Amino acid sequence: MSENGANSAPKKISVRGLTKSFGKKQVLQGLDIDVGAQESLVVIGGSGTGKSVLIKSIIGLLNPDAGTIKIDGETVTGMSGSERERITGKFGMLFQGAALFDSLTVWENVAFGLIQARGMARGLAKEKAIATLAQVGLSSDVGELAPSELSGGMQKRVGLARAIATEPEIIFFDEPTTGLDPIMGSVIDDLISKCVRELGATALSITHDMASARRIADRVAMIYEGRIIWDGPVSEIDNSGNPHVEQFINGRSEGPIQMQVTG
Amino acid sequence: MNFLRLIGQVVLGFFSIVGRVSLFALTGVSHIFRPPFFPRLVLRQMIEIGYYSLPVVGLTAIFTGMVLALQSYTGFSRFSAESAIPNVVVLSITRELGPVLAGLMVAGRIGAAMAAELGTMRVTEQIDALTTLSTNPFKYLIAPRLLAGLSMLPILVLVADLIGVLGGYLVSVHLLDFNATTYLRNTWNFVESPDIISGLVKAAVFGFLISLMGCYHGYYSKGGAQGVGQATTNAVVSAAILILSFNYVITALFFGQ
Ligand SMILES: Nc1ncnc2c1ncn2[C@@H]1O[C@H](COP(=O)(O)OP(=O)(O)OP(=O)(O)O)[C@@H](O)[C@H]1O
Ligand SMILES: [Mg+2]
Repeated sequence: MSENGANSAPKKISVRGLTKSFGKKQVLQGLDIDVGAQESLVVIGGSGTGKSVLIKSIIGLLNPDAGTIKIDGETVTGMSGSERERITGKFGMLFQGAALFDSLTVWENVAFGLIQARGMARGLAKEKAIATLAQVGLSSDVGELAPSELSGGMQKRVGLARAIATEPEIIFFDEPTTGLDPIMGSVIDDLISKCVRELGATALSITHDMASARRIADRVAMIYEGRIIWDGPVSEIDNSGNPHVEQFINGRSEGPIQMQVTG
Repeated sequence: MNFLRLIGQVVLGFFSIVGRVSLFALTGVSHIFRPPFFPRLVLRQMIEIGYYSLPVVGLTAIFTGMVLALQSYTGFSRFSAESAIPNVVVLSITRELGPVLAGLMVAGRIGAAMAAELGTMRVTEQIDALTTLSTNPFKYLIAPRLLAGLSMLPILVLVADLIGVLGGYLVSVHLLDFNATTYLRNTWNFVESPDIISGLVKAAVFGFLISLMGCYHGYYSKGGAQGVGQATTNAVVSAAILILSFNYVITALFFGQ
């Protein structure tokens, strides 16, 4: 079940033997994962299991200790700065805390990648930004506000708009619904599904919200102790036959996964 | 044995920090010269550092000039050397007090603000977000600040020199009954271009160091609000220490035998 068929088409993202530790703490211990083109993979797993570290390693924000990462068949680990920047141009990312630039207005945030990376003229970029904001259900007058004037849910939407504005081939979503009410969470999920489909993008999301995972995933992988321990289509998640997965999706405190509760 | 190991650790730690900071500085400087450039950001930092520091630097300078005149008068009048007052005021201000005091005041104002801003951007992942938007944080955040610090401090110090001399003039002429023309003529005759130039070189170095410390500590801050607070403190303290020690080195280079 953990093998997802040897497809001949080049994988959009391919990770092999990814290892990363911080000091003595081993976070990733030889993690393997593949994401196919236009596929939406959701990685689930407990807090502190290294989900964010996985995404940051793929993007290049963290340097892994060992292992290879390939994007479109190109090995990016150990690439030089300028080559790496070319690869980063394919990415969009929605951060766990939205990470909007608070010195810029909302529309400038959304237009940032267009102006800085694509060299688009400000006027044109603003039009595109307003259109992208409309796509995520925000009106044009929101564009003139500062990020600090928005609610958490609106910030997530702006973060989503910023991630998709450059029409990236690969989009990463780090806990897109954490900290939102269930209705806003499902609104964001629907927006993510819609945007990814419309762009024909590949999506790698991480979450511990199972409802959200079911809505946006084609395929689900579970990370535990630095490795992927289960990987399969979202339809099979309820019959995974893996006790770790069963415990996680049912949110039981009894089971093979022991939470470290220091008292 | 343990004692030697401790010494070794301290020495190694020191050199590794110096190495890290130097690498950071070199990377930042190299991005000043490589396109794309961000003139708007440089301008914003220049206004922040140059224009908004004018009041605090001006106040520091005027009181320093005034107190210099007053102090040297009480000392020099005992052996009727009052005529040396313009000399003392202008040399102290241009060579030492102008750049050092302006540097320390700006370190408190700007170094702290930079560290807090970049530190907050780090812990809220805004710096990571820059990278995902194909923008190099060194180019976008660090280079403009280094450039602005380097270029604005000399201008601030030039202003501080003028205001400091003015402070000495005001006290001497209005309080100590000096002749205005003589005072100004003496000031002008005593001061030489190396005095002013050494002060401006110091100012450029200090400005660079202030920005560098603010950026370095902010960029690598971690651990939420507490980490940002720590970064702010470290930025100001390290900038102040660097200013004072580089001040000695530059003085020795210019005026040492
Ligand atoms: N920059 C870092 N320096 C040191 N330790 C880190 C760093 N980033 C992550 N870690 C550690 O790595 C572990 C995994 O962190 P990570 O952020 O990937 O967890 P996560 O799976 O995303 O959790 P959550 O669901 O709570 O976001 C944590 O124990 C964390 O302490
Ligand atoms: Mg995380």
